[in-house]
Amino acid sequence: MSAAAEPKDLSKESLSRIEREMEKFPQKRGALLAALHIAQEEHGWISPPLAKTLAALFEIAPIEVMEVVSFYNMYYDRPQGRHHVYVCTNLPCSLRGARGMLRALESHLGVRAGETTPDGRVTLGHEECLGACAYAPMLRVGEIYHENLDVDQAKRLVDALE
Amino acid sequence: MGLKAPYVTNYLTQHFADDAFGHVDGYVARGGYEAARQAITRMAPEETAILVKDAGLQGRGGAGFAAGLKWTFMPRGGDKPKYLVCNADESEPGSFKDRLLMERGPHQLLEGILIAAWATGAEKTFIYIRGEYAFAAQQLQRAIDEAYSRGYLGNRVMGTALSHDAVLVRGAGAYICGEETGLLESLEGKKGQPRKKPPFPAQYGAFGMPTTVNNVETFSHVPHIIKHGKEWFRSLGTEKSPGTTIFGVSGHVVRPGLYELPLGTKLDEIIFEHAGGVPDGRKVKGVIPGGMSMPILPAGQLDVPMANEFLRERKSMLGTGGIIVMDETTCMVRAGCVISYFFRDESCGQCTQCREGTGWMNKILQRIERGAGTREDLDVLLDVAGKMEGATICAFSDAAAWPVQGLLRHFRDDFEAHVREKKCPFPASFEL
Ligand SMILES: Cc1cc2nc3c(=O)[nH]c(=O)nc-3n(C[C@H](O)[C@H](O)[C@H](O)COP(=O)(O)O)c2cc1C
Ligand code: SF4
Ligand code: FES
Repeated sequence: MSAAAEPKDLSKESLSRIEREMEKFPQKRGALLAALHIAQEEHGWISPPLAKTLAALFEIAPIEVMEVVSFYNMYYDRPQGRHHVYVCTNLPCSLRGARGMLRALESHLGVRAGETTPDGRVTLGHEECLGACAYAPMLRVGEIYHENLDVDQAKRLVDALE
Repeated sequence: MGLKAPYVTNYLTQHFADDAFGHVDGYVARGGYEAARQAITRMAPEETAILVKDAGLQGRGGAGFAAGLKWTFMPRGGDKPKYLVCNADESEPGSFKDRLLMERGPHQLLEGILIAAWATGAEKTFIYIRGEYAFAAQQLQRAIDEAYSRGYLGNRVMGTALSHDAVLVRGAGAYICGEETGLLESLEGKKGQPRKKPPFPAQYGAFGMPTTVNNVETFSHVPHIIKHGKEWFRSLGTEKSPGTTIFGVSGHVVRPGLYELPLGTKLDEIIFEHAGGVPDGRKVKGVIPGGMSMPILPAGQLDVPMANEFLRERKSMLGTGGIIVMDETTCMVRAGCVISYFFRDESCGQCTQCREGTGWMNKILQRIERGAGTREDLDVLLDVAGKMEGATICAFSDAAAWPVQGLLRHFRDDFEAHVREKKCPFPASFEL
């Protein structure tokens, strides 16, 4: 992926959304998870300068922000593909062929789980149980669940991503 | 993209086929919010907690603690704010019932929360939903907004003496945030590392304030108990485990899905009569009865009523009611590899036994699966699992040890065959 500049600032809209989140908690730190979701929606990942900006808003040290980023699976400390495709590989899904589906997507996209396609289009990954165990195999593209898939449907799904 | 109504419904899910039930008008048209009004206007808070306690409602988040009793632990009066937390982190592999309850019955959940707020004196509820449940979060936020605009949340709810706020908080992908004190840390904007107990949340909870944590399903039962009474609730389920629950069935069955059935329904009835049994005439090999943390049962033990008092006799537990069925092709060492990988990945790392133990178990299991294991490895596995039990900050470590112990208890032959043949002897098993 080309070395894009590291994001640093938050838009006015993101800032006011974060402010509204802070009001929901007795201590504003409670809104840190929400703020990270908002910042990531805007920039796609949490760069060190962006963590610094957030730390200033929350009056904590940048390292405290980065600790939270690294603790949770849904925050990224490096640039990501335009789309995330995550296949659930926990036991109920594996029993119904999830790992075969993940392998098929790996060779279809030419990347291993955890990697991004060279054109920056898709980051492929596997995930633990997503609460769709009866509708396996399944994957999520960003926030959208796709359930009861077979390998061909899964390939068509990733091909349709811009 | 949302879930449909379950295959078998009862009071919790009876209106779930009806889209209108998820919206405030449809909910109110079907008698919604009347139970909350009844509790707040006709019952004292203590009386409300005691009714739910006497009904015998057990927490549905996995541990099965008596809900009404937990409410009575909250301090009465005092000038500190008190909070409720709705645990909507649902991440136990094999569990997807809370997702259904939020997507199709968000107002039923909010009504249960209001009644619990009345019983405990809580001024605010934080609903902590796992970050991946975007659609459920959307449904719930819409329901919260509707409830505010129609006076079912906010100041003087329905014109009564109760004022209550509800805030939806999205997690960000960490299984351990389902453990109630890990959740509290996460709510405070920190890493979700569980706290030492005591102090318990009723004394020192969210932001240091008295807090009660209950599961989504637990709250959802409450309006029905208020409406129909404790005798009615006790007429369903078993003597010690009243009411229904929503069983999730996954793995090798013809009709995987959700089934709302009374507690105490036999496991084999759920698998064979409701979920249609194993496809293509194959046989069952083993079943995890309550979400992946609970020990497996072999095919010969499926005549067990699904309630803790019976499952304990077979060294397992109800957990979240997530039933994972494995057919005769399944390699139980592979199952162990998948299970132990999950726990290794999700340990928060605070306790040595848990951090190291989950890693060791996964390593040994993978070695056995590759055909490079020894007989001593089986003893080491049991030894490591034994040391992980009962000695850590939270129950995650026990939950990581139990499934491995269960696999060795009932399927030791599978493990020994790998060691003897120096390869996996189950070529038809699911792919690893
Ligand atoms: C490792 C671990 C994970 C847990 N995950 C969840 C969860 O995702 N949802 C839940 O409701 N309870 C979960 N629990 C149980 C909670 O700690 C707590 O007992 C429960 O939320 C209390 O609600 P209840 O009494 O209504 O069941 C978990 C416990 C442990 C030890
Ligand atoms: S038992 Fe495991 S998950 Fe629980 S606090 Fe200790 S290290 Fe963390
Ligand atoms: S195991 Fe894949 S969604 Fe639960």
